[in-house]
Amino acid sequence: MTTLLEMREITKVFPGVKALDRVSLSVEAGEIHAICGENGAGKSTLMKVLSGVYPHGSFDGEITYEGAPLRNRTIRDSEDNGIIIIHQELALIPLLSIAENLFMGNEVASKGIISWPLAFQKTDDLLRRVGLNEPPSAVVGKLGVGKQQLIEIAKALSKNVRLLILDEPTAALQEADADRLLDLMLELKAQGVTQIIISHKLNEISRVADRITVIRDGTSVSTLTKDQISEDRIIRDMVGRDMAHRYPERKPNPGKVLFEVKDWSCWHPEQAGRQMIKGVSLNVRKGEIVGIAGLMGTGRTELAMSIFGKSYGKRHGGQVWMNGQLVDVSTVSKAIAAGISYVTEDRKALGLILEEPILRNISLANLAGIATRSILDKRREAQVAEGYRRQLAIRTPGVQQKVVNLSGGNQQKVVLSKWLFTEPQLLILDEPTRGIDVGAKFEIYSIMKELAEQGRGILMISSEMPELLGMCDRIYVMNEGRIVGELTRDDASQEKIMALIVKDVGRVA
Amino acid sequence: MADQKQSALAGHLRENGMLLALVAIVVLFSILVSAQSKPMFLQAPNITNIFLQNGHVIILALGMLLIIVAGHIDLSVGSVAAFTGAVSAWLAVDLDLPVPVVIVLTLIVGGLIGAAQGYWVAFWRIPSFIVTLAGMMVLRGATLLLLGGQNIGPFPKAFQAMSSGFIPDLTGIMKPHGLTLIITALAIGVIVWIGHSARRRDMEFGMTPEPAGLFWGRTAIIAAAVGFVGFQLASFRGLPNVLIVLTILTVIYAFFTENTVQGRRIYAVGGNEKAAKLSGIRTERLVFFCFVNMGVLAALAGMMVTARLNSATPKAGTGFELDAIAAVFIGGAAMAGGSGRIIGVVIGALIMGVMNMGMSILGVGIDYQQMIKGLVLLAAVIFDVYNKNK
Repeated sequence: MTTLLEMREITKVFPGVKALDRVSLSVEAGEIHAICGENGAGKSTLMKVLSGVYPHGSFDGEITYEGAPLRNRTIRDSEDNGIIIIHQELALIPLLSIAENLFMGNEVASKGIISWPLAFQKTDDLLRRVGLNEPPSAVVGKLGVGKQQLIEIAKALSKNVRLLILDEPTAALQEADADRLLDLMLELKAQGVTQIIISHKLNEISRVADRITVIRDGTSVSTLTKDQISEDRIIRDMVGRDMAHRYPERKPNPGKVLFEVKDWSCWHPEQAGRQMIKGVSLNVRKGEIVGIAGLMGTGRTELAMSIFGKSYGKRHGGQVWMNGQLVDVSTVSKAIAAGISYVTEDRKALGLILEEPILRNISLANLAGIATRSILDKRREAQVAEGYRRQLAIRTPGVQQKVVNLSGGNQQKVVLSKWLFTEPQLLILDEPTRGIDVGAKFEIYSIMKELAEQGRGILMISSEMPELLGMCDRIYVMNEGRIVGELTRDDASQEKIMALIVKDVGRVA
Repeated sequence: MADQKQSALAGHLRENGMLLALVAIVVLFSILVSAQSKPMFLQAPNITNIFLQNGHVIILALGMLLIIVAGHIDLSVGSVAAFTGAVSAWLAVDLDLPVPVVIVLTLIVGGLIGAAQGYWVAFWRIPSFIVTLAGMMVLRGATLLLLGGQNIGPFPKAFQAMSSGFIPDLTGIMKPHGLTLIITALAIGVIVWIGHSARRRDMEFGMTPEPAGLFWGRTAIIAAAVGFVGFQLASFRGLPNVLIVLTILTVIYAFFTENTVQGRRIYAVGGNEKAAKLSGIRTERLVFFCFVNMGVLAALAGMMVTARLNSATPKAGTGFELDAIAAVFIGGAAMAGGSGRIIGVVIGALIMGVMNMGMSILGVGIDYQQMIKGLVLLAAVIFDVYNKNK
């Protein structure tokens, strides 16, 4: 076999974060190569380097493709070379037909005039190749995700793909659809299309992949051949990092049960009959930091948002108790009044008003706290903001500064300030350190520690397992909308968490 | 630190730039008018007329600012003004109801129209552009229907006083108008005091205050302008009722937007609706309120215009929505919502009003007037964007 693609010592640095650190990857012509790793390990970044999303020159290292150096300036360049990536979020236009989507940007046209008969005919051929039985005029948005995935593959085939990259292709698929997709991958392999699949569903990988490269913390750990593949080995490689991060020393002293969720469930807001949260029960004690582990898309954020004023989903069921009393959390203001705060995962889109100054962001969730009979006291507002600036060490020339100008860590501190000003008893922190550099992470951890020592309860959702292990007194493991396990601090390890998830995935699949 | 200083200065530049533009336009017209050897531009009747003829634009722009800050738009205000004007004519002329009753009922009708549109925008999330475009057509038709295609008038004297009346001189001096002079002096005092205490508060909070020279220079210009206008008006017929209404409304809305909980929340809704919602703000209700408020103000504007013309006509209010929207954007609000100040909007509306009057006196044709106003709007927004990107 010949080597189709060779990526050597790829290093990609974002401001404050080294996303890839001398990663190497070698793909043989005609194989299916799997890439495994935890959330945030750098899998997607590596694929973006390969597919030209990050142009040549914005990273270090060399790429050799079909024996020649590859220097993509744009995605178009890499597509001209036959390298096509299908992202997790599909890039189809829902209101257009299959044929229109297939040839988007690549229209079957002469002199700018589209020949629809020819386009439809070609679409028919391509759809037959991927085994999709739909008319070329069908509107894409009306088809299921599985069929849309096939359309993406057909689109890739129309561009004479030689290296097809699939980023978590089965994450959103039902079992039967996922099966069909994997069959198609094997079929394409027989036709000579080299493929890279990113996935953490190990049963799928062992079914289709010839070799696996495991990536962890932005470095490539190992490349395994088919006969070396075993779940244990992959899990160990995925999580077996040294505890390089540091966490503040904590002496946990949990008190009475503060917050309790009983049999909570909710359904998807648009897709009828899709239950997102399936009877979740959990509790947090005073002074306790409790984690929720799980892979992306398992319903952790949906759980938190549906509890916080029904901000997600519909047909909510279940109860929330605070201090042994049933509380009403049906609107955000009622949830806040009950002493619950929710720090969102996406602070720019959901947590902050970027164009407004720090002090106005901090007062937002508790304007009553700076007002007398609905009239704002701006002096008090500034004093409050100034107080949090000192307390949480928000690095800024002044509280009049717009939050858009702050770094990720300081923005997160502003969001925390906003919620602390509502005087919560329970803080739900959703990915509190995402996109924050290492130093600022430690500061956020220290704040969390202090809040717990004040007797508040903290429920932390995180995809970074070391962080959960380093900070939490207890960890719930969640998968597919259910709690699949609960581990105490002494019990918990990355292997055990992964094993709980993997076993559950196996059970479902 | 350097960054902050620069951005603070840029912020001051925007507001001061608006004011400077207004002053520059007034000076320009004064020179051009005297070059044509016509009577002085800034004489009392002209000043009075700027407020009488543009009062409705300012009133509409106050409501429009809230709507635009909340991230929406209202294209229907011209038609609402026409329709409510017709309603007031029907109530006052055909039914012969007392004037205070007419005013209250008409304002309620305006509020109901605003509620009807706001309902779809806020609770059904129908784009405001579409809802109010529909409202614009429907209410224009309703106006024709109500008036039967004819004008209704004349109005009782008390109703006309709303737009063309002047405050009585309680001091009894009459020439010059004593009460006008007293109010003017008070206004200057209040402007200086408010500016000074706001500046002191800024310093107390450790914000970078604008340079002292800039502050006092600007305050002096404003005080001189207010004094000049007041003196001119006093030597003519005194303060027009319209100016009193405008001043009170401007102060109320400025206070509402900058110093109250609900006002602040409107900015939050326009700045980031999702974040506002997750902070416990009922965004739908606020948007609904903005539209109800707009309806009430449109009714007030409609009555003022009807009172000035002394008749309700089917064509009234045509293009008002565009004047109001232009004033808001000239005044520095962002299309995307979340920013904009009442004072900027008032200055924006005055700039348009002064240009209208100046160009009419100079005998510039309506064709060129439209083109120039369009270009001024474009220039003001380009100035904004340029400032932001710098």
